[in-house]
Amino acid sequence: MLNYTLRRLMFAIPTLLVISFIIFALLDLAPNDPTGNLPLTIPPEVREQIRQSLGLGDPFLIRYAKWLHQFFVNEPLNILSQITGADIFESADRLRIRSWATRSPVVDLIVQRMPQTLWVVGMSYVVGILIAIPIGIISAHKQYSIFDQLGTFISMVGFSVPTFFTGVLLIVIFSVKLHWFPSIYDTNHEVTDWSSFVFQIRQMFLPVMVLALYNTSQISRFVRASMLENLNQDYVRTARAKGVKEKTILLVHVLRNSLIPVVTVIALGVPTVFSGAIITEQIFRVNGLGQLLITSIQGGDIPVVQTLTFIFAVLIVLFNLIADVLYGILDPRIRYD
Amino acid sequence: MTKLRLLLTASAVALALGAATSAQAARGSDGELKILYWQAVSILNPYLSGGTKDLHGSSMVIEPLARYDEKGNMVPKLVDEIPTIENGGVSKDLKSITWKLSKGIKWSDGTDFTADDVVFTADYCLAPDGGCQQRAYFSDVTKVEAIDPLTVKITFGVPKPFPYGPFVGSQSPILQKAQFKDCMGAKAPECTDANFHPHGTGPFRVTEFKPNDVISFEANPYYRVADEPHFATAVLKGGGDAASAARAVLETGEYDYAWNLQVEPEILAQMAQAGKGVIVSSFGTQVERLEVNPYDASAAAGDARSTKQAGPNPALSDPAVRKALSIAIDRDLLVEAGYGEAGKATCNFVPAPDIYASTANDWCLKQDIASANKLLDDAGWVMGSDGVRTKGDARLSLIFQTSTNSVRQGSQALIKQMWQQIGVETELRNTDPSVFFGGDPASPDTFQKFYSDIEMYTNNFDGTDPEKYLAGRMCDKIPSPENGWLGENISRYCDPAYDKLAAKLAGTGKLADRAKIAKEMNDMLIEAGTMIPLIHRGDVSARAATLDGVRMNSWDSQLWNVASWSRKK
Repeated sequence: MLNYTLRRLMFAIPTLLVISFIIFALLDLAPNDPTGNLPLTIPPEVREQIRQSLGLGDPFLIRYAKWLHQFFVNEPLNILSQITGADIFESADRLRIRSWATRSPVVDLIVQRMPQTLWVVGMSYVVGILIAIPIGIISAHKQYSIFDQLGTFISMVGFSVPTFFTGVLLIVIFSVKLHWFPSIYDTNHEVTDWSSFVFQIRQMFLPVMVLALYNTSQISRFVRASMLENLNQDYVRTARAKGVKEKTILLVHVLRNSLIPVVTVIALGVPTVFSGAIITEQIFRVNGLGQLLITSIQGGDIPVVQTLTFIFAVLIVLFNLIADVLYGILDPRIRYD
Repeated sequence: MTKLRLLLTASAVALALGAATSAQAARGSDGELKILYWQAVSILNPYLSGGTKDLHGSSMVIEPLARYDEKGNMVPKLVDEIPTIENGGVSKDLKSITWKLSKGIKWSDGTDFTADDVVFTADYCLAPDGGCQQRAYFSDVTKVEAIDPLTVKITFGVPKPFPYGPFVGSQSPILQKAQFKDCMGAKAPECTDANFHPHGTGPFRVTEFKPNDVISFEANPYYRVADEPHFATAVLKGGGDAASAARAVLETGEYDYAWNLQVEPEILAQMAQAGKGVIVSSFGTQVERLEVNPYDASAAAGDARSTKQAGPNPALSDPAVRKALSIAIDRDLLVEAGYGEAGKATCNFVPAPDIYASTANDWCLKQDIASANKLLDDAGWVMGSDGVRTKGDARLSLIFQTSTNSVRQGSQALIKQMWQQIGVETELRNTDPSVFFGGDPASPDTFQKFYSDIEMYTNNFDGTDPEKYLAGRMCDKIPSPENGWLGENISRYCDPAYDKLAAKLAGTGKLADRAKIAKEMNDMLIEAGTMIPLIHRGDVSARAATLDGVRMNSWDSQLWNVASWSRKK
């Protein structure tokens, strides 16, 4: 197993290098411009100077090499010296990847955005899983019952209605008409006591629910399908013949076996939590990583887009590996070596 | 005992209430001000980002020597009076201006504000490799010097009839020398802390800055007006879209002020009915216009496309066609459909200030399909069986390009219908704004390349003086492959008489004479049909019904007078 993991990690390095090159090339070929959103009153020759000062005058390969160096050498060294607290690597003089819009280091921006995204999108993932598993179990156990039909209908709705619709709908109902929840997420809010905790729950409620609906729909279908497959297996018949209680069969034998593929699906979905929820974050102004990505794309802020998408790529490769390893651990029949 | 306590509490409450009402205008008495910008502020240094949202955000903290008020008049901020020729502040040869700083102004860290800071700010922007985005404000500046700690003299290389470029308006505020002295030139972007938390002379200072998200402010204890700002703290939140920003002020009342609400007028009016907020608007110099391509823009022209070498545009080189296109448009309908309170029909390139606004072209305000048809008939354009006019090989079939934006696409569709009535066929195109306005010389879709017959967008000039804006239509400002497609003369207008007038304007000092020349230039452009002005566009924002003191301003930052905003009691 260890061998296998190491081998996969080795393979990941060239894969990621190719990915980073493709992302960089695509962004370079894309016809947008960091000065595109500036007021037209800024004359063209000043725009040209701005482009030069951003380093756009260098040839493509040099800019790529610079980025690689900054991402793989300078930024890790910087993190290291921040952790150790010692300035042993002369971090002050080291060039860091800087956003063109804010002129601040991209990694700092990402670190600043991470809590909002993990709280809101991560929570919606957890809530989604917690709702989805019972729904999937009951739907499978009572296939074609009213509960199953209703569950299927709701998952279809949750799956097919876009979040920009459900989000605005919830705002109109719960913020505008009923005034129960705020429509704008306050990223400055700090949880210090009970009432501030309640406020945090209230401001998280709408975005979490919008995203949880989508996640639940997706995962509950997987649980249901996987349960159904297992319920028809021979071991279930044997257990029933032995007189094992239906509850035990369902929750101990079948559920454990059914969760193997579900765990894989859940692990593969974790990178999407980090990439944030672009639309939902925009609607509720959660201003996490998804919002950072979309504003950077609109503003032609290539260093941010490049770094963010590459980090997403790393997470996807990593969680693919984790899913494979988990599969091997959970299911003794599967061996990679 | 309890009675006594009750009495004491009651009198204490009464006292407190009395104090609150009498101290209505005291600094920091009104709690928190919540402002919502749907484009989040990225940085508080306008020299590193010229984006409107960044200028507005920084205007709460750092200030220029003088600002424009809501009528476009200059108001002194860090000086006692505006220098003019009459008071001796501007030299007779128009080559220098001397600003006398007010006494006793302090930075938000408690140190003194001096002429050195002003001189430093000019050096900062003019430093090579800094990519200063407001460089245009310092054009022709040869020297900025501190005569004494409270006197700054700016010298220009050429006579400047309007010497109020540097340090006037939200685009060129003063930075503190002590804070930025190690941030010159190429080092400018590296001073993240200074760029995010600039020391200023303005009413607020930054307590926390989350780039592209939210800024927290507190009242500046060193602000020169004792009872301002009325709010103790302020937050400037960003993100989302215009419609939901409008909702947060007008319907849910979560915020006090929302900026730039480009939302369909009927939706906005519906939101305003909730009564929690008020829509405010003001007009500056923005004109939504159609630029008319005088050259052949078809792909057949190859590399010469949209340049003089391509030859004249088969349809639009005819003045009758250009005029007919203009009078066939019902501008009021465009306003009603897409702009509401934020627009009025115009026929001018320079729509404001009033002294510069010409009335000679008002014939275009009224749609007149019959005259347009007659013009085309007389010019020999014959209506074909397919409803499209032709003349020889030429066909009145136009490609009409603009940026992607729902209001613009709506206007495009309406104009297409209006032109159909005079036998003009139109193919509509739209391009993503970051590409269209991006100016990438490799892209065929930029507005400078103008690979279409008609282009629609908005432009304006900062401040109140149109000299540079008018000069943008001179022959040498035409974008072409030779100058890397840089240049403001999008409609490729070229008339030596116009250039001569532009030179005359640059040498004229008296306001009335300047206005006369500017109007003449404006009329030349419109008469020539090089562009078809459509709508004088305003800015629309919303304020909470409980917020007092908002004086909506299109000449400067909308937050220009945030110091005197207060909560209605």
